[in-house]
Amino acid sequence: MAVRKNQATLTAKEKRDFVDAVLQLKRLGRYDAYVSTHNRFIVSDTDNGERTGHRSPSFLPWHRKFLLQFEQDLQSVNPSVSLPYWDWTADRTAGAGLWADDMLGGNGRSGDNRVTTGPFAAGGGQWTITVRPDSRDYLRRSLGTGVAQLPTRADVESVLAVQTYDAAPWNSSSAGFRNQLEGWRGVNLHNRVHVWVGGLMGTGMSPNDPVFWLHHCFIDKLWAEWQRRHPRQGYLPTTATTNVVALNTAMKPWNDTTPADMLDHTRFYTYDSAF
Amino acid sequence: MPEAGHRTELTRRRMLQGAGVALTAAVGTAVIGLAGPGGTPAAAAGPGGGDTFDELYKGRRIQGRPASGGGHHHGSDYTVLIDGEELHVMRNADGTWISVVNHYQPHQTPRALARAAVVELQGAALVPIA
Repeated sequence: MAVRKNQATLTAKEKRDFVDAVLQLKRLGRYDAYVSTHNRFIVSDTDNGERTGHRSPSFLPWHRKFLLQFEQDLQSVNPSVSLPYWDWTADRTAGAGLWADDMLGGNGRSGDNRVTTGPFAAGGGQWTITVRPDSRDYLRRSLGTGVAQLPTRADVESVLAVQTYDAAPWNSSSAGFRNQLEGWRGVNLHNRVHVWVGGLMGTGMSPNDPVFWLHHCFIDKLWAEWQRRHPRQGYLPTTATTNVVALNTAMKPWNDTTPADMLDHTRFYTYDSAF
Repeated sequence: MPEAGHRTELTRRRMLQGAGVALTAAVGTAVIGLAGPGGTPAAAAGPGGGDTFDELYKGRRIQGRPASGGGHHHGSDYTVLIDGEELHVMRNADGTWISVVNHYQPHQTPRALARAAVVELQGAALVPIA
């Protein structure tokens, strides 16, 4: 059983194994499909039409499954690897170890936001961006530009305190835990972090930046934490509802996994600590 | 906020089209306020899609207009072009807008969204929508 750890606690070898496995998937031509899938869903998930991966109740189980699939792909390269998470309430600056040369590399340079350090730098030749919104084929970041501050621990606590999982109209205007965690309402957690990193993380092709996985792993952990704190609450809606995925409805693109299948993460992995 | 004035350019047709969406948004945001990620209040005052524009912004030609139907208008009946290439845009239930290059940061109007895309693109050309 894999244990997902805080990236700040990884040993040098654990960091190297994770980075190498990600690079290997890219080399094998298996990475970019994740970027395509994510973008395909994010541009077709609409507030008034069918929505599966984003702005809808299944935002959390969809991404849990998406991360599981990626993690299993990493493990096919190196069985000892599990996804690390980035606790952005603690590691809040461009100086954090996450952005060091032995992990994800640093901020983009001024002028064109091109990442020039670490394993995913353009100059290294290992990380060409192929599924992209525009002509630039290099990883870009602009840490702390689009929004100055990452969410705080108090911000997260305020969202974890929300009792109800989700509510009609089950989209980006909903009240409830899911939409405040996703960030269209309330203090804004998930969306804000995408904007804080900037560059490709701000686009529909955000998995082009490997920090996507560490960010979403923390979002996944916060969902698990909410479940722990609210044992009498659960996924909503439980019955068939137009345009959104109900508890026992299979999610695209897998068509064999329901939100109910994803509720207990301990079937697949555990986290190193509670929030 | 330079876009505020454009709300007055709404046509009656667009206002009627947007009325249902605006009502939904009003209900959805009755309790919880929203500070947008850029510090911009993201609860739009009303539908901004009626804002037709065609201007040069930082050297790029940006155009926006109601879509004529067909094409790649997931979640939007509005088309934004940058140097003639379509920018994928989407309207949120509260009337705000996002695009493929600013997907997690709502903007008040399509024009503001197009300008933000120009800044983000730093001169790069959009890849045609697949």
